[in-house]
Amino acid sequence: MTEPAAKTPAPAGADPVTAGPRRARRRGRTVPVPLLVPALVGLAFLLLPLLALVIRAPWSGLPEQLSSPEVWQALRLSLLCATSATALSLLVGVPLAWLLARTDFPGRGLVRALVTLPLVLPPVVGGVALLLAFGRNGVVGQWLESWFGITLPFTTTGVVLAETFVAMPFLVVSVEGTLRAADPRYEEAATTLGASRFTAFRRVTLPLIAPGIAAGAVLAWARALGEFGATITFAGNFPGRTQTMPLAVYLALQNDPAAAIALSLVLLAVSVAVLAGLRDRWMSAS
Amino acid sequence: MTESAERNAAMDSPGPDQDGHLPADGLDARLVVDRGSFRLDVALTAAPGEVVALLGPNGAGKTTALRALAGLVPLSDGHLRLDGAALERTPPESRPVGVVFQDYLLFPHLTALDNVAFGPRCRGAGRAQARAQAAAWLDRMGLADHAGAKPRRLSGGQAQRVALARALATHPRLLLLDEPLAALDARTRLEVRAQLRRHLAEFEAVAVLVTHDPLDAMVLADRLVVVEDGAVVQEGGPADIARRPRTDYIAQLVGLNLYRGRAEGHTVRLDTGPAVTTTEDLAGPAFVAFPPSAVTLYDARPAGSSARNLWRCEVAGLESHGDQIRVDLTGELPLVADLTTVAAAELGLHPGAPVWATVKATQTHAYPA
Amino acid sequence: MTRSVHRTHRIRRTARVAGAGAAALLALSACSSSSDTDADADSAGAPSSSAKLSGQVTVFAAASLKESFTTLGETFEKQHPGTEVTFNFAGSDTLAASITGGAPADVFASASPKTMATVTDAGAAAGTPVTFVRNQLEIATLPGNPGHVSSLKDLTDSGLKVVLCDKTVPCGAAAQKALDASGLELTPVSYEQDVKAALTKVELKEADAAVVYKTDVKAAGDKVSGVDFPESAEAVNDYPITLLKDAPNTDAAKAFIELVRSAEGQRVLTGAGFRTP
Repeated sequence: MTEPAAKTPAPAGADPVTAGPRRARRRGRTVPVPLLVPALVGLAFLLLPLLALVIRAPWSGLPEQLSSPEVWQALRLSLLCATSATALSLLVGVPLAWLLARTDFPGRGLVRALVTLPLVLPPVVGGVALLLAFGRNGVVGQWLESWFGITLPFTTTGVVLAETFVAMPFLVVSVEGTLRAADPRYEEAATTLGASRFTAFRRVTLPLIAPGIAAGAVLAWARALGEFGATITFAGNFPGRTQTMPLAVYLALQNDPAAAIALSLVLLAVSVAVLAGLRDRWMSAS
Repeated sequence: MTESAERNAAMDSPGPDQDGHLPADGLDARLVVDRGSFRLDVALTAAPGEVVALLGPNGAGKTTALRALAGLVPLSDGHLRLDGAALERTPPESRPVGVVFQDYLLFPHLTALDNVAFGPRCRGAGRAQARAQAAAWLDRMGLADHAGAKPRRLSGGQAQRVALARALATHPRLLLLDEPLAALDARTRLEVRAQLRRHLAEFEAVAVLVTHDPLDAMVLADRLVVVEDGAVVQEGGPADIARRPRTDYIAQLVGLNLYRGRAEGHTVRLDTGPAVTTTEDLAGPAFVAFPPSAVTLYDARPAGSSARNLWRCEVAGLESHGDQIRVDLTGELPLVADLTTVAAAELGLHPGAPVWATVKATQTHAYPA
Repeated sequence: MTRSVHRTHRIRRTARVAGAGAAALLALSACSSSSDTDADADSAGAPSSSAKLSGQVTVFAAASLKESFTTLGETFEKQHPGTEVTFNFAGSDTLAASITGGAPADVFASASPKTMATVTDAGAAAGTPVTFVRNQLEIATLPGNPGHVSSLKDLTDSGLKVVLCDKTVPCGAAAQKALDASGLELTPVSYEQDVKAALTKVELKEADAAVVYKTDVKAAGDKVSGVDFPESAEAVNDYPITLLKDAPNTDAAKAFIELVRSAEGQRVLTGAGFRTP
């Protein structure tokens, strides 16, 4: 660390020069079979169930299924809640990722493990945990109720919280990875120019890791959109208030699988549209 | 710090600053950074307008010293005063210090102009004001046409100048340059070195540059401080250091054979045994040095040679060195010698071949240790 | 408790052990080929204790049957050493979907005739299902019934947070039937995905009351209080049980159904809050 080995110089105009040949070489080479075959198997494995959903969809009954106002109500609620959950995750998740990536404090490894815990926790358990914390009788919830009159279970806010709980770890993990890959010396350069650590973060680090944040946000949004277990456990199921698409799909599955497939297709179509749109807009910018 | 905003063209305005303080008295530092296995302990002083080069091999602690000056590494001990003000506890963002990093670290998402405007903005200037200052700086650097370019569109030399402008735009009282030319190819380097020299000459405050390249150090700096293993081993003007190296590292850098011994009149008896006859008249511990080109080789003991400095050696290695052959010799006195290709061929030199080496006393140089 | 944990594990392994079960069946039919292989559903309760039973019996049963069927499974294994009863407890609809999807099972006990119908309609049942118990709705309130709920009508008070099962699951359909019968409008805070979820909301004190089955109230012990209401008679749930057509272990399956319908079986089930048919 006394003499940091010369890193690849950022400037030197090397980028535009080398990018061309490198890309061309990548295209020109053949893909090795030991990579190609598993890759195609993996792709097929991921796509086949979705394809089956499309093939077996009750297309003739679809217009009727989709004309129900509850479908659109659930869809609107899903989009609203997933987007709010993503916004909330960004607001607290990005600073958390920064803390994990850029500071050193005792027990940081443990904190990181705890942050990723919701990833392994069955969402239903997460929902119960949220009830125990923020429920009417919960550790924090009882004070929220008695001091501020705030109740979270069975409310739309509750849905947002449940989705945030499950989705935020994706954002934190993704952003932390990007932060670790980003050169911390840019922050140092900013401080030597008079920037406080926060200014350095806001004006230098944040723009530098924007693609990573966008990727993490998309991941979190997608996870929030599909969230079921924590939502139904913490926020319950009430059309228009807490019944998101996955809940509607699950309950439709109980007595009308055709309707469930129709709803799933709607969710699928909207997700693909949004993700493809975001990808073009944000991801390719990097 | 606030006054710096108005002093756009202050680079060449020495003398008392606006607050009427006494003329700045430059840098006075003793930098101690203890990292367990590595300890840096370097004293460094410089007057305003002086350019000091920290020269040393990789791992010597030069960059650590630079980072300590910038406040990026905390001092374990010692002191740091700049223009009379103690800075040991001042966070980096509050130090009147500008840094040009080795690979410049220009913010890739900002244009050249916004990179330069970054410092003034952080130090309180308004957006328009900061940009106007930045534009003036880029103009000075001859980069007015590239103000809107992102760093990746700039050539190495241009990026280096933007980095310099960015560091200078905050009107630092201490300018730090970390291997400022290392990221450049040989051709650009020559040109940028000359430009940098001009800009540094104009700079009225203290500049400290870190390099492992003796040429950069000698061209750019007024004074060299040679650091090895975290400590200063020699300091002085470039010519003095080139003439009187005191460590093997510097001797190698400046291309001299260097020995340490004890002088008695015109003879320096080396610690390893043999003696070297010199023209200087000294007594006590001394260094003796001579260039590889002063060495003459013979395949047999020369009869009637006037050289008193005659040693029996063995060829350890050969390599081409420009249009010469550099011969590495072991034996009575380990040394390197430069020969013409023709001479080397006539001698039939090969590793293991026994040779006699002579050096004229007039071509040696002895000085007290 | 350890017992039931052990069982859950075994259920997960159902797919793997199915092969072993099939092998056991082959061995069984080879030994006692003369016994009642042409039995239909009416003979589901026919005595077969004379035959030596062995191997694995896989029972798919509604979640509400978990406690009583677990007990009966142990009884069965004691009565017929060499047998092993494996349970898959889940929502009846989920189980029906697995069975019609080809899951290897011997017995299916459903919490509603409607769900059973999807299995019989698919031709997956062997014969006609029989009703072995009934379940009745009850109101579950916070312990001690602090809201003084005494009827279904009390639940319509705006001050109370009530959860119902979703109308798509049997307990929700039954509750709706009872509400309709008494001409009541009830807006819950949530339509839960199954009866256990509804009950959990009361157990965690997030809801003041839930309309669930009597058996669930009983199973929850003192974590909730049960309040009977007369309208529940309007919505009694029949639990049908059947032998499955592709049952790998027909004989043992029949014996298990027999045990469920026997006096001993009914005693265990009524002990859990069920009513005899």
